Amino acid sequence: MDQLVNYLYISAILFSLGLFGVITRRNGIAVLMGVELILNAANINFVAFSRFGGMNLSGHVFSLFVIVLAAAEAAVALAIIITIYNSMQTVNVDDASSMKQ
Amino acid sequence: MNNLQSLSLYLPELILTVTVLSAIVFDLFLPKEKSPKVGWLVFGGLILSGMAIWVQKSPTTTLFMDAIVLDPFAQFFKLLIILATLFVIIASQVNSELDGYSQGEYYSLLGILVFGLFLMVSSVDLISVYLSLEVVSIMSFILSGYLKNDKRSNESALKYVIYGAFSSGVMLYGMSLIYGIAGSTNFFEIQNQLVGGGGEYHLIFVIAVVMILVGFGYKISMVPFHFWTPDVYEGAPTTITAFLSVAPKAGGLALFIRFFHQVMGDGVALEGNGFLTTTELPWPQMVAVLAVATMTLGNLVALQQKSIKRMLAYSSIAHAGYMLMALPVLSADGIQSIMIYLVMYLFMNLGAFFVVLYVKNKTGNETFEDYSGLGWKMPILGIVMTVFMVSLTGLPPTAGFIGKFYIFASVIKGGSQFYWLAFFGAFNSVISLYYYFRVVKVMYLEGAKSDIIESPNQPILGLLLATSVPSLFLGIYWQPVIKWVENSFHFFTQIL
Repeated sequence: MDQLVNYLYISAILFSLGLFGVITRRNGIAVLMGVELILNAANINFVAFSRFGGMNLSGHVFSLFVIVLAAAEAAVALAIIITIYNSMQTVNVDDASSMKQ
Repeated sequence: MNNLQSLSLYLPELILTVTVLSAIVFDLFLPKEKSPKVGWLVFGGLILSGMAIWVQKSPTTTLFMDAIVLDPFAQFFKLLIILATLFVIIASQVNSELDGYSQGEYYSLLGILVFGLFLMVSSVDLISVYLSLEVVSIMSFILSGYLKNDKRSNESALKYVIYGAFSSGVMLYGMSLIYGIAGSTNFFEIQNQLVGGGGEYHLIFVIAVVMILVGFGYKISMVPFHFWTPDVYEGAPTTITAFLSVAPKAGGLALFIRFFHQVMGDGVALEGNGFLTTTELPWPQMVAVLAVATMTLGNLVALQQKSIKRMLAYSSIAHAGYMLMALPVLSADGIQSIMIYLVMYLFMNLGAFFVVLYVKNKTGNETFEDYSGLGWKMPILGIVMTVFMVSLTGLPPTAGFIGKFYIFASVIKGGSQFYWLAFFGAFNSVISLYYYFRVVKVMYLEGAKSDIIESPNQPILGLLLATSVPSLFLGIYWQPVIKWVENSFHFFTQIL
């Protein structure tokens, strides 16, 4: 049980770092890195609960799904950031604000 | 039901999968200028899939080892999503924003998006919930950024992907906590655990539910997770905006209802009126406050918009608020009224976006000035836009009035503790009157009267009639919708 708590601490720290990154970073790629941290924090939770919490295997399965979907999402997000760079010569999220009124 | 047995009941989705795959292959053999033809292939596949859903008279059951369910509630939403997609495919054929782009992928991605929505409305497992939300989100990111050479479209995709990835990440963390509390990812087992002994994990459970609300709220653009909506809706191709404002919103609401009803509610008592919550968490009150915030913010900001497309984006936020209003009442009437409202909303909102699409094709812009004198220049367009605006406001004799009537009736029936909710709803409808009628005013009272009368071309005319006639007709004779909703109001439930 102690081991489980340690993993939960790690994942909570990772989640907070990710959240901090998403909120403070203005570079699109850095924001994506924050999102990846959040996803991996959740992954650690799933695997830790499944391994040490005496639960079924769906936690392991879930984390595999998350890894695949995170890769797909990152691929699309990077492609979008490249098009943004091509059209605006910047990857700064705040600069992409031509529609604000 | 095990995997092999499930396949025969999964026919609509299988048809859709085959359609999408053949659309991708078909696109390879077409030259670029003929690529819109792929749309008709997807169109045909969707009709086949819809027919397969329509004739499916199977018992309500779970499929693929309890990952998803098959029940009339899911079938209702699947048919609604197919209807919206069919409209959008026809509109995309005449969307001049897409000219010069290869459109094969556009329709294939739309097909995959519909598949994701099918999964979304029927999932009863956290894994399939996350999977379906991501499939829908990733496809929406690509589609909203489809106009590669348009700066605003790029920007809308960037905003969408950042908000989308962030909120689904937060939701995932919430799900991992729920898994830790309940020891399972299945809705029914989670509910069982919560009834049994959820009390000792109270605080962590509250955090987990709030995190999951972030993901669901983002999908239906609920305040305070709505920030992406106006920019994405303004920058995306107009047909995709129309689609995003209806189909994923319907899917998100279905998921919202299923989650709260089957995990946080008792999941069975809906045959009678009023169901109980399984936890001490005051989530009905939370949802009620969020609903009021959503519609108030949507309406107040819509007042100040210069672009009609952006105004409609805020109005769609407000409509999500009206629909959410009926959920905290915890009654069968409430959920049925949401379903009725969605049917009405589909016609009036798609129609309004089709008018925007046509005007944008003509003038290349979408501000209020572009609409001045439109009622005289293009009489048909003026009349149907007036119908949509009256209907979106919710005045009789239109479909919007019936939808709102049922929502308010269910809220008032919920008892005196919900009167304030109904009051805010009514107050917001009055605010919305101002900006919807501003469109009508601009069309008829401003700008020079012109003697040249233009009539829209055939496909657009058909689309406008197909959306405006139901918007009017369902306000006079709405029994078929009520019947359909009542017949579809049946969940798969399981008592462990």
